[in-house]
Amino acid sequence: MSIVQTAKPPSIPSKKVADFKPSLLQTEEHHLCPGCGEPVAIRMVLEVIEELGLAQKNVCVIGHGCYGSFVMTMDVDCTLCLHGRAPAVSTGIKRMRPDVAVWTLQGDGDMTSEGLAEILHATARGENITCILLNNGVFGDTGGQMTASSVVGQRTKNTLEGRDPDYHGYPIVIGDMVASMQGSAFVARGSVHNAAAVAQTRRLIRKGFERQQEKRGLSLVEILTMCPTGWFVPAAGGADYMMESLGKTYPLGEIKDVAASAG
Amino acid sequence: MRTVSRGTLVIDIERCKGCELCIPACPPGVLAMSKEGNALGYLYPELSPGCTGCTACQQVCPDFVFEVYKYETAVPVSDDGTEAA
Repeated sequence: MSIVQTAKPPSIPSKKVADFKPSLLQTEEHHLCPGCGEPVAIRMVLEVIEELGLAQKNVCVIGHGCYGSFVMTMDVDCTLCLHGRAPAVSTGIKRMRPDVAVWTLQGDGDMTSEGLAEILHATARGENITCILLNNGVFGDTGGQMTASSVVGQRTKNTLEGRDPDYHGYPIVIGDMVASMQGSAFVARGSVHNAAAVAQTRRLIRKGFERQQEKRGLSLVEILTMCPTGWFVPAAGGADYMMESLGKTYPLGEIKDVAASAG
Repeated sequence: MRTVSRGTLVIDIERCKGCELCIPACPPGVLAMSKEGNALGYLYPELSPGCTGCTACQQVCPDFVFEVYKYETAVPVSDDGTEAA
């Protein structure tokens, strides 16, 4: 079997159906590790923002984590805030500029460990914001330590024998907590472990932004992302490992959608 | 072996970090990792004839390595496994 020449575009008549990067990203370069799921999730969010015509009408409020490096390359207005405070900061932005789509980009360490109060209070107030949670079960940016959402048995840098519920406690399932509160409009959990999951998650992100535009309340889209470096697994094994560990505690799908129940 | 190619890719091999997520993502299974590394030493995906232009590889790639093209007319794959363009 021969190898097809892929160094330059084809010379015979053809149509480009997919670009390297979303147009709201200024460069393809980033320094995240091999096999990381976060760039895949960020690509989807930026593509959905463009699809909905919000490219010039959105503000990203970004927490602390590896994804923070995209502040420099995303072609959207960004503000970087203190650890976990993204929902509180976006509350202020949304109340001053209700016409602008405000979304937060947070990791699980940022949202469930450092800023649990902020996301729950923003939900309780029913703020019209969209929170994107990139859940990989570790503090990837600081080297892969346990977060509040690390699953039972998960090996991290400070739970080398696996997370022990007797000693470390149980994971916080933030999606279910937010869904149980009245102020939330849409809560769903997606993943980036294969192409089908990516397509499904893209629909969930789109719904998350649509509920914000409909002014129905806070929407939370949790996306399970791979962190092979933090999990001590080979880059190629990250997707399978994620669905065997995090995927069992955090089942995929829609958890709550007020538009579906209210009709 | 696939008998036609309906699309093709541009692969920016120097940006690839060799995570291999695209290999199982490819529905026709025409991507395989190279034997030699790129400038950074990472193995990168190589395309065999039979691409359908479905964009699955582009969607799962964390390093924005793929650009996908669809041929206007499908290109037959000859018996020796090359695209008879």
